[in-house]
Amino acid sequence: MIKQERHVLVIFPHPDDEAFGVSGTISTYREMGIPVTYACLTLGEMGRNFGNPPFANRETLPQIRKKELLKAAEAMGLDDLRMMGLRDKTVEFEDDEKMVKLVADLIDETQPSLVISFYPNLSVHPDHDATARAVVRAIRRMPESERPTLYTIAFAHNTKEVLGDPDIIHHVEGAAKKKLATMNAHASQTVWMMQDMEKRLAEQDPEALKWLHYERFYTYRWDQDFE
Amino acid sequence: MELVQPAHLQELIDSFANKDVYIHLETTNGSYASHFKEGFFNAGAFIRNVVVKYELGKVAGESPHRIGLKLPYGWVYAQGITHYTLDEHGRLLMAGLDPDGKLAVSLEISETPFTY
Ligand SMILES: [Zn+2]
Repeated sequence: MIKQERHVLVIFPHPDDEAFGVSGTISTYREMGIPVTYACLTLGEMGRNFGNPPFANRETLPQIRKKELLKAAEAMGLDDLRMMGLRDKTVEFEDDEKMVKLVADLIDETQPSLVISFYPNLSVHPDHDATARAVVRAIRRMPESERPTLYTIAFAHNTKEVLGDPDIIHHVEGAAKKKLATMNAHASQTVWMMQDMEKRLAEQDPEALKWLHYERFYTYRWDQDFE
Repeated sequence: MELVQPAHLQELIDSFANKDVYIHLETTNGSYASHFKEGFFNAGAFIRNVVVKYELGKVAGESPHRIGLKLPYGWVYAQGITHYTLDEHGRLLMAGLDPDGKLAVSLEISETPFTY
């Protein structure tokens, strides 16, 4: 059961962050007619997959990933994609207040009932954690009654110890094709993973099917704030 | 990018000597290295658009190659370079890619600044 929303704001630092665990949810919201804004902070400029033989170099990668992101947005039926112009791997070094303002401005403009991002300090990549901190701080500053709900993703090894099990489980089997199309749109990052994944899906591997059909989130709890 | 041909790369490096050039230098294990391999000591460094003028640049060793640039008061050095290209903007892009095509090191030289 996926709750009705007024407007959903998704904030991640890298093109493809949305693909693995949220693209089924975004696609489903779009099918429900719910506006979704996706703010992607960087273009994954510092990605490492260049291929052998290489299909990209450090200077062409951003344009490749930008095209992939546009294609992914199309696959999800998403028509409000914002590319925020930061550089991959530098988000945590930006001014903290500037980051909070970036998020606050997006919230002011889109008036979301739901924000989706990472969980601070449980999301492995420094850019993920920095994005999550900015999102939590921006929402925390709002009057309690006006705060949007915040769904978070966490995948550090100690996530279960800290947060337990996700409280929100979206059944997104109906959007499976769009989810796979989104994953495949980010080919420069996912082509190796998807070769393996499609084989496992063809064999009806239960873990692979679970990944495709379900997306899991932790509702951010202000009574258990990270700071 | 193509596999390094040392003599050709040497010519290209020579062509940027004694000029103000913008440097991009980067080493990386990837941000997920210690997530996938517990206890992995993840280290790397990155500088971009720092201007230097080198008097001598050399390609050394068999592939993967080492590249050293001698500055009036210091050095720039990269180890593990396997691939290179002179791109359409006249920038010399060098990279060290592991067998899976993942970048481990990058050294780039340009007479104009690299984008952000
Ligand atoms: Zn990411």
